[in-house]
Amino acid sequence: MAESICRTLRNGRLEGEHAAALTIKDTIASPFGFDVFNHVLSQLSSFILAGKSQSRGVVVVAFTRSPSFYVDLLKRRGIDVDASKKWIRILDCYTDPVGWKDMLIECGSLSQEASTTARLCKDVRDLDKMCSSIVELGNGLIGQVKGHFSVAIDSVSVMLRHASMTSIADLLNNLRGHDQVSSIFWLLHSELHEVRVTAVLEYMSSMVASLEPLNCSANGQRSELERVSLLGPKGKFHVRLKRRNGRVRVMYEEFYLEHSGINFTSLSSEDGLVYQGLVPKVQFNLQLSEKERDDRAKVVLPFEHQGIGKPIQIYDGRKSLTESVNEATAVSTETLQTAGDSSNGEIIYFRDSDDEMPDSDEDPDDDLDI
Amino acid sequence: MEQKGSSWDVVEQALGLGQMEEEGLPWALGVVLIEDRVETDASFLLHQLLKRSLSSNPSNTIIFLAFSHPFSHYDRILRKLGCNLVVHRENNRLVFLDMRLLQCPDGDEGKTRESGLVALYGKIRKTIHALPDDKKNFVIIMIDDVSLMEVAANGSLDHILDFLHYCHTLTAEFKCSLVMLNHEDIYSNMERPTFILDMEYLADVLIKAEPLVTGLATDVHGQLMVLTNKICHGQGSSRNKKHNFHFRVKENRVEYFYPGSRT
Repeated sequence: MAESICRTLRNGRLEGEHAAALTIKDTIASPFGFDVFNHVLSQLSSFILAGKSQSRGVVVVAFTRSPSFYVDLLKRRGIDVDASKKWIRILDCYTDPVGWKDMLIECGSLSQEASTTARLCKDVRDLDKMCSSIVELGNGLIGQVKGHFSVAIDSVSVMLRHASMTSIADLLNNLRGHDQVSSIFWLLHSELHEVRVTAVLEYMSSMVASLEPLNCSANGQRSELERVSLLGPKGKFHVRLKRRNGRVRVMYEEFYLEHSGINFTSLSSEDGLVYQGLVPKVQFNLQLSEKERDDRAKVVLPFEHQGIGKPIQIYDGRKSLTESVNEATAVSTETLQTAGDSSNGEIIYFRDSDDEMPDSDEDPDDDLDI
Repeated sequence: MEQKGSSWDVVEQALGLGQMEEEGLPWALGVVLIEDRVETDASFLLHQLLKRSLSSNPSNTIIFLAFSHPFSHYDRILRKLGCNLVVHRENNRLVFLDMRLLQCPDGDEGKTRESGLVALYGKIRKTIHALPDDKKNFVIIMIDDVSLMEVAANGSLDHILDFLHYCHTLTAEFKCSLVMLNHEDIYSNMERPTFILDMEYLADVLIKAEPLVTGLATDVHGQLMVLTNKICHGQGSSRNKKHNFHFRVKENRVEYFYPGSRT
């Protein structure tokens, strides 16, 4: 699946369609989204270098790592970085995102150096400017020739901290609709945002890859963190692919982390079997969701005592309640003293009606004429 | 009889400190986040790390941002651990910034509000720049209480995150480390504790101090969980490892041990 994502990004946009877009989303219980991001980036880079992909260069918008980190990363993965000037550009939103260094330079305590592959963005709140810088960098890559480039944004979560949802949606849509952009992918930490924000970003992407811990019965997220760490760096990798005709394919595989990077193991090579883990074999829903379980726990069953904290007095049909209580205590004082606790082992007897006297000695059949 | 301080070794091993020092490397810890609770105050970890960093490698320089206690407090504690902070401060190995009076005035514009933090960042940066080149990589920035920083910034979490981000850029630029302490439970009531999550995403190493899950015990005061997310040093990297310890706070030292290794 990870492969098919990379392939889709490699193939890029179809004529007259939006660019292929991928959301990578993770949670604190399985915080390996950045590893997936790096994996996708390096795969795409090697496709670009081999000339196999539609895009001819990639623009990385770096929010959480420095530009040099990405250069080192690609070098470690054995990708030719010397030629990198020709196919990679980094918009550096990491070094000085809100212009503090600029403020300090004015005070004269800092100096700055320039770089060829990276361009500094000093105000990440100005998304219009950012959009035009991305496009400029991309156009710089492909030159005058008609071609395409890809865009990688390493954290939409950080963007969301600085700008509003609508303006970010606008930026991403503009990029997707831009003629020169062949594919675009971004990373999102879904727990940091409202559900609707995640949904908006997922609507805008043709693929969603989400990382989940292997064992995710919903307890609190805090204990999730501990559980996944016990299992080691492993997890489930869910992919949702959206076709143009509206068909949605859901697949999943497992990933594990190694020193060199992230690895994926598909559960089965046959396509049909991939669904096995997701589509239930029975048509009934045998498991309960957490909410359903909660609701079930709240239902008060008819035979349960419903007085809150108070003893329940049940009318036995023949005496007034207070009387029967007095009598009961009078009769059972001895047993109470031995038993110690009156609530244990008590038998409550309901009489049907008052018609029949209790313990009458008369023969019930004596009026019969036998 | 156990050697004094040998129990601290288990924590050091988890962090890989010994290995880095053997190779003469700085503490490439990245961002270390220590989370504690009301029941288990983890400031002893800060003291331990402070002492360790000052006593082991003479190149280490500590920039200590004190939001909760004055210098005399730390001096007294570290003296008991056998480390004289006054001497280190005079030798410029400890830069102690008393931030208890930091106030970010609540002005009309956001600018005035963040100016205090910008100035603080500038001060840290200037300190690092002023160091000789061979010592620039051996800087450890310590923040003794992020939640009080939040108070100083009038509760503006965004500015704190910006500040932490800029400190993160320092760790990338100079390979220095950032150690900070925050309290987990003060965010527990929020619907989505995004601030502490943001910090956890930022952190390369997460150390959690919690009360013992099984309840109170006389000889164990709490448990530590050390989660190394992204440490990479030398050839071996200890990625995504989790270590659990129990600890017992004594008068002058803290004992750390693996669960079940002491009866």
